[in-house]
Amino acid sequence: MPEAAKSKPKESKNIRIVKDATCTFCGCVCDDMELTVDLDAHRITKAKKACVLGRAWFYEHTLEDRPVVLIDGKEATLDEGLDEAARILVDAKFPITYGLSDCPCEAQRVAVDIMDTINGNIDTTTSVCHGPSGMAFQGVGESTATLGEIKNRADLVIYWGGNPAESHPRHFTRYAVTPKGMFIPNGKKDRTVVLVDVRKTPSTPVADIFIQVKPGKDFELLWALRALVKGKKISEDIEEQTGVSREVLDDLVERMKNCQFGVLFMGMGLTMTRGRHFNSGAIYSLASDLNEFTHFVAKPVRGHGNVTGADNVVSWQTGYPFGVNFNRGYPRFNPGEFTTSDVLARGEADAAMIVASDPASNFSKKAIEHLEKIPVISMDVKETHTTRLSRVRFAVATYGINTGGTVYRMDDVPISLRPAFDSPFPTDQEVLEGICQRVKKMLSGSKARVAA
Amino acid sequence: MILVPGRSQKQGTSLNKGKLKDEYLEVTTTAELNEQDMRRLKLSNGDKIRLKSDIGQTVVTCISKKEEDLPSGMIFIPYGPSSSQLMGSDTAASGMPMSKHMQVEVTKVKS
Ligand code: SF4
Repeated sequence: MPEAAKSKPKESKNIRIVKDATCTFCGCVCDDMELTVDLDAHRITKAKKACVLGRAWFYEHTLEDRPVVLIDGKEATLDEGLDEAARILVDAKFPITYGLSDCPCEAQRVAVDIMDTINGNIDTTTSVCHGPSGMAFQGVGESTATLGEIKNRADLVIYWGGNPAESHPRHFTRYAVTPKGMFIPNGKKDRTVVLVDVRKTPSTPVADIFIQVKPGKDFELLWALRALVKGKKISEDIEEQTGVSREVLDDLVERMKNCQFGVLFMGMGLTMTRGRHFNSGAIYSLASDLNEFTHFVAKPVRGHGNVTGADNVVSWQTGYPFGVNFNRGYPRFNPGEFTTSDVLARGEADAAMIVASDPASNFSKKAIEHLEKIPVISMDVKETHTTRLSRVRFAVATYGINTGGTVYRMDDVPISLRPAFDSPFPTDQEVLEGICQRVKKMLSGSKARVAA
Repeated sequence: MILVPGRSQKQGTSLNKGKLKDEYLEVTTTAELNEQDMRRLKLSNGDKIRLKSDIGQTVVTCISKKEEDLPSGMIFIPYGPSSSQLMGSDTAASGMPMSKHMQVEVTKVKS
């Protein structure tokens, strides 16, 4: 249990209850929270229906005593911060922006506007999450459904390369395993749950069938399943290759072909390992193939609260979901070239604006080394490795707790946020709008910057 | 051995307190090995080990897992700055570095 939960301060009388609030900690975006807010202490003291991660999210986001703006480590006014940030971006030859998965869509669209105006590069944490699934989706398409349909209809639920019990705890209880649905009147009793992973995890006990695949052999296993679904022969040494016996595969194929409504949920165990987008492509294709026999869908289990919104916003504004470059004055998409991890590791960017993410902790050594060399503008609700190395850092309000806006659940369903209490910190959207206005003013006359 | 960084519940809750706080640091520098590998490498719970890849190295604390829960030859660690130190920058034109399934060498750090 989070520390804050254990040592809850005495509640004041100035209490507010927020019904149907939304937790934005993970991509489940549960919008059935009931929050008790202590308005004097500026904190949430109870989060009914939240899972352990959600409770930590609500209890730990209080108002911290931090300066709103620091420039080179010295306190500055918001205007000074916005001026300096705009100047850095306008002066740069190859400015990039990255992150965006933990802020509302209304902020994300402003970030796209800034990069469009200065012919920069925009990428989101999708590139190091389900970016490979995004690439596969463009290649082979997606047989899809909302989590609501899955709750009401799915009688075969397969999780592949994920551990929702620890990363998305209510995925099981709210959407896909235990809830009763219109055509699943008895909840879990009416479903068969299969888990495919390289190791046993706290999610394993939920599964009726656990299939342990050898690390890095997901593609081979998925391709073998595709062949069996189509009635084709597969290699005799499949067990040696993948660690999974022919009997287990035959049984799974029968279950997949004979269910009423099947779903394949893919985790980052597929996208972050050998095969990457080929793994995601194989799982999408397997789901599509199965539609010859029954109804089958495939969905990535998305991590951050609004990473799906980032894909949607960047797509409707540029035509592409992530890794988009405006250097030539029009959007170009090329993962591996315009994705941030690559741009930084190759030492190309000469200024970076990082919104609500921490590449200085999560990226490769080479990428972090380059980030340390260039001017960085950061926006975050807490101090991180990235805010520490930033030239201009903005402390911002927490989305969903202090600010409203729109986020997209992992199944592309948009959800409105209901804030719990006010914050003296500006929102991501306000900071981005301030930067955007200044950038446009600085460039007015020259229209937008002409491509180099 | 093969290193598989991933999410854990403790990593998730400590993340909310702050990534620069001791709890997050402790969670993301604790690696799980199975009992058989621990015995083979003469390790006990709480020992420090050095993980070394082609890219970099990091020192973490090890704890044991039952053999049926974690296959031999595999190490699990919650994602964090430590696992990033070992990750290569090549994304094979995908944008995604190889963040799971990294080859590492394990040695005991003498205290
Ligand atoms: S499952 Fe995710 S969105 Fe739902 S309460 Fe838990 S952390 Fe929040």
